Amino acid sequence: MSINRRQFLKLAGVSTVLGIGGPAVLNGMGGKILEATQTHPDPKSLAAKRWGFVVDVSKLNTPEDYQKCIDACHDIHNVPDIGNTKDEVKWIWKDNYERTFPTSTEDEYMNKEMKERNFLLFCNHCAQPACVRVCPTKATFKRKDGVVMQDMHRCIGCRFCMAACPFGARSFNYRDPRPFIKKENKQFPTRMIGVVEKCTMCYERLAVGQMPACAEASNGAIVFGDLEDPNSEVRKIIESKYTIRRKPELGTQPSIYYVIGGKE
Amino acid sequence: MLEKALVGSKRYWLWMGALLVVIGIAFIMYLRQFSEGLGITGMSRDVSWGLYIGQFTFLVGVAASAVMLVIPYYLHDFKKFGKIVIMGEFLAVSAVIMCILFIFVDMGQPMRITNVILYPTLNSVMFWDSVVLMGYLALNIVIGWTTLAADSKGVHPPQWVKPLIYLSVPWAVSIHTVTAFLYAGIPGRHFWLTAVMAARFLASAFAGGPALLIILALLVRKLTKFDPGYEPIQALGKIVTYAMFANVFLLGLEFFTAFYSNIPGHMHPFKYLYTGIEGHDKLVPLMWTSSILAVVALFLLVFPGFRKNENLLAVACASLFISLWIDKGFGLVIGGFVPNMFEGITEYWPTAPEAMITLGVWAIGFLVLTVLYKVAVSIREEGGFHE
Repeated sequence: MSINRRQFLKLAGVSTVLGIGGPAVLNGMGGKILEATQTHPDPKSLAAKRWGFVVDVSKLNTPEDYQKCIDACHDIHNVPDIGNTKDEVKWIWKDNYERTFPTSTEDEYMNKEMKERNFLLFCNHCAQPACVRVCPTKATFKRKDGVVMQDMHRCIGCRFCMAACPFGARSFNYRDPRPFIKKENKQFPTRMIGVVEKCTMCYERLAVGQMPACAEASNGAIVFGDLEDPNSEVRKIIESKYTIRRKPELGTQPSIYYVIGGKE
Repeated sequence: MLEKALVGSKRYWLWMGALLVVIGIAFIMYLRQFSEGLGITGMSRDVSWGLYIGQFTFLVGVAASAVMLVIPYYLHDFKKFGKIVIMGEFLAVSAVIMCILFIFVDMGQPMRITNVILYPTLNSVMFWDSVVLMGYLALNIVIGWTTLAADSKGVHPPQWVKPLIYLSVPWAVSIHTVTAFLYAGIPGRHFWLTAVMAARFLASAFAGGPALLIILALLVRKLTKFDPGYEPIQALGKIVTYAMFANVFLLGLEFFTAFYSNIPGHMHPFKYLYTGIEGHDKLVPLMWTSSILAVVALFLLVFPGFRKNENLLAVACASLFISLWIDKGFGLVIGGFVPNMFEGITEYWPTAPEAMITLGVWAIGFLVLTVLYKVAVSIREEGGFHE
């Protein structure tokens, strides 16, 4: 088949409109939004309707127990150790009861041991995340399995999400983080100045069938599972023990439950 | 018309030169921030917005205040504002330009700023804020320029500009309402989570913006052959008085709710700002300066005898402007971050480079304002005005 120049241009024009312009118009008109999907997901990958955690601090007894969880996360995710609180970047850290649950600490008679107990804090992966609601570029977004993601390549560094997060889970790269990474993990990206980052629930490990690193290193203190599955271990603990979440009154519906039992 | 800004007295060029020097130094500082990151500012993990966003918020108010001239002149046929309504519109233009620049210098990755347009996110207030600000800038440039061009030719402005003028009225309200929503819709920041935030923003805007306009009008009279007139300035003075009382009233409501309810989270930011908490009191002298200046301004404004004296009016307006600049350009943002999300206290104070960059953005604003006012004043001096 031979076509002349004019026919070729016509065809090219039409196919451009259909091929590129078409879907864009459909999207704009509220048509089916295309979602990024993996063409060949790993068959071992872990799936859930809503991932969540139960943190039982009674199983974390020494400072080393906490540090193991923190290091497990920070080492594989190239989280820099800047060395000052102003510019610091952290994905998971420990803090006492008063600072973990600040709205319920007006109790002067509270059991001293509980008041001084340390908790592990990280992103709550809220079901109604305020950070996602405010982000002007969709750099932070919620996956169907409940993971609140952070796209460090799209983030413009406006820090609206940091103002919005009621849990202080987010860090901003006030300076170049790369010189402060002790030993770089080549399997995970490092970040540049001017972007926000946080715990992304080890999405890269879930994709290959592994538990989040903190849970794996916690010796059973952090249990990970599907909150929507009544038979999951997390649900069984929530059923049987008294648990609380951070600032539930704000309606963000955090996905981390803390076991607050005394001594067992 | 722009050619009128290219001829001027020695004093004019000296002023422009001085502004350019400030802008130059600030630009060098900005290059440093661009390469080293926002770590060179006083902002931190806990106080993640500072002077830049405070200035942005304050200047949105200045921009919105143009409507205080537009409404009386165009909707109520208050003819006395005819000659100076352009001053409000051009002030809005330079204020919005400063707002955009303050957002820009606050970005961690400014080269990605177009992502806001490339990935429009309707649930983000920041997206809407960029939409309304850009729209307001365009409206005021078009309206100001067209009406002034008509004046210079001694003809009526074209008919198509009328609907744009009417549109600019609700649009001005929208820019400051949406800016308030940046704060007032955030869970967990007690200081900001208040339904009167937008109302407070508008009240302080309608006090602070016209106060600046009065000062500018007095300056224009002093430095040029164009006299904005005694009566328009007095009318603006009344607007400033009412708006400032509304603003202080709304602030009082915040105090009542926080302290009568006795809810600790609601009281803490106020305590931090006005008394300090556990020895953390960097902002206390500033906030009391703001309060005292507000009282001085209201005292001078409320008695007609004082207000009618233009020297006292100028003092009142300057006090009021500085008072609101501290309250909204600084205290409002920091009060939202202190105490932090863990009820701990991390204080904030801007660094020298941060202050210099801030000054540079103001200098750009004044440069734009000077050029626009030069054009407008030159046309008025030539007698160009058509009612």
